[in-house]
Amino acid sequence: MSLIEIPVGPQHPALHEPILLRVRADGERVVGIQVVTGYNHRGVEKLGERSTWSKDVFLYSRICGICNTVHAQTYTQGVEAIGGIEVPPRAQYLRTLVMELERIHSHILICAVMAEVVGFDSLFMLMMRDREPVMMLKELVTGNRVIADYYVLGGVRRDLDEVKKDKILKVLEGVEARVKYYKKIFMEDYTITKRLLGVGVIKPSEAVAYSLVGPTLRGSGVKSDVRADDPYAAYGEIPFNVVTYSDGDSLSRMLVRLDETLESIEMIRYIIKHLPEGPIAPKTPIRTLHEGEAFSRVEAPRGELIYHIVSKGGDKPYRVKVRTPSFNNIINGVIAYRDARIADVPVILTSFDPCISCTERILVIDERNGSTKVLSLKDLSRWGK
Amino acid sequence: MNKVKLIKYSPWLLHFNTGACNGCDIEVLAALTPYYDPERFGVKLAPNPRHADVMVVTGAVTKKAAERLKRLYDQMPPPKFVIAVGACAISGGIFSGSYAVLNGADKAVPVDMYVPGCPPRPEAILYGVVKLLSKLG
Repeated sequence: MSLIEIPVGPQHPALHEPILLRVRADGERVVGIQVVTGYNHRGVEKLGERSTWSKDVFLYSRICGICNTVHAQTYTQGVEAIGGIEVPPRAQYLRTLVMELERIHSHILICAVMAEVVGFDSLFMLMMRDREPVMMLKELVTGNRVIADYYVLGGVRRDLDEVKKDKILKVLEGVEARVKYYKKIFMEDYTITKRLLGVGVIKPSEAVAYSLVGPTLRGSGVKSDVRADDPYAAYGEIPFNVVTYSDGDSLSRMLVRLDETLESIEMIRYIIKHLPEGPIAPKTPIRTLHEGEAFSRVEAPRGELIYHIVSKGGDKPYRVKVRTPSFNNIINGVIAYRDARIADVPVILTSFDPCISCTERILVIDERNGSTKVLSLKDLSRWGK
Repeated sequence: MNKVKLIKYSPWLLHFNTGACNGCDIEVLAALTPYYDPERFGVKLAPNPRHADVMVVTGAVTKKAAERLKRLYDQMPPPKFVIAVGACAISGGIFSGSYAVLNGADKAVPVDMYVPGCPPRPEAILYGVVKLLSKLG
């Protein structure tokens, strides 16, 4: 039978982001997959050089709407390292609180999308319903549902009072019960296990060799989490477990996320109980920085997020280089499609928790047709025009 | 018969992300779930542009996505409408002035309704859809 090529995307009914997968198939079997990106390239890194240090917090938050506070955290902690700015402990705890709330809603969202992709629509609707209270908590703490804009250089914008603390604890109780129930469904339900178990297996050695990150890496049994390995914000003082599953298939990647959600709920309880007193932001805003360079890394819901910030003095950044987790996971994740069936392609893609808006400040075409090659920069620039 | 009246009670949405940060996308997604109950207005997500009546555009329209946006718009059967959701789809928002961005969905396709916000709340997105339908008469 001759090879057929099936385009998946860039407009999908399920995944709300533009990416094009060119799937080459021999009957039902996938023989090659090409990831075509570039639909979401907005030139953020160039825009960042135009604006000032403090205004760029808003710009880098908007690289990705789902993980906006982790982007703000990585950027601000890098800038604070260059400027030698001390962040008060209360602000560190509040930052951690918001980042964990974000992790909870991000993980519930991708598990819901996975339910939709395998055709379990009622589970998708239920999970989206139970995600809403978390969004409301985020609004309660930061003032916004999605893009928090909670960070300023050296601190945070809003404080937490006793009424809000009680509300958070009360709502999380309900969320925890539901997440435990969903974990049971993901482990036991026939529809889910039939579609996810043993699909898109990545061996631990491959996961390391292809430098996959985040839940995708931990789903292959590799214990690596920036929060534990290189603690930032208040993570050094908060006890938590690094969740790993050893099977390396789509199901273990989803179970890692559900277990991490439960861990995050425990962490928020600890933060609220042990929130230190004190100021939340410096009295005078920070405007200029001296010359310097910082390398900053943070565990986003999707994995390790890296910023490289260069300052030549003054009020503007010289260069901010961003490497997001989805960049590694989507592009290098093509190894997981080997010998998959066509119906498994969306499942495997979703199991990486692809965040296209994060990825696309850089344009790369990866073609795996017998051999793997990455096109030259000249060819890449063609897509940006 | 007035064709516009045909879609008034069951507008099917086509959602296309033209380079959004995801913020608007997850709010559009939230607006389609039972908590906000869009089906009371007959609003449903269409699986295919050929079934859709209203296109919801989110995000700063990047130059590469603009071609796809035009193509999707042409594939929709008339009568068809476009709603620009979020600051970026209206004017490019924080990304306006970038070399890769067109500064607004109306540079690529005709837009009938603008929903402001960064991102707009799910209620606001649904209100935009309902307002568009009531405008049709």
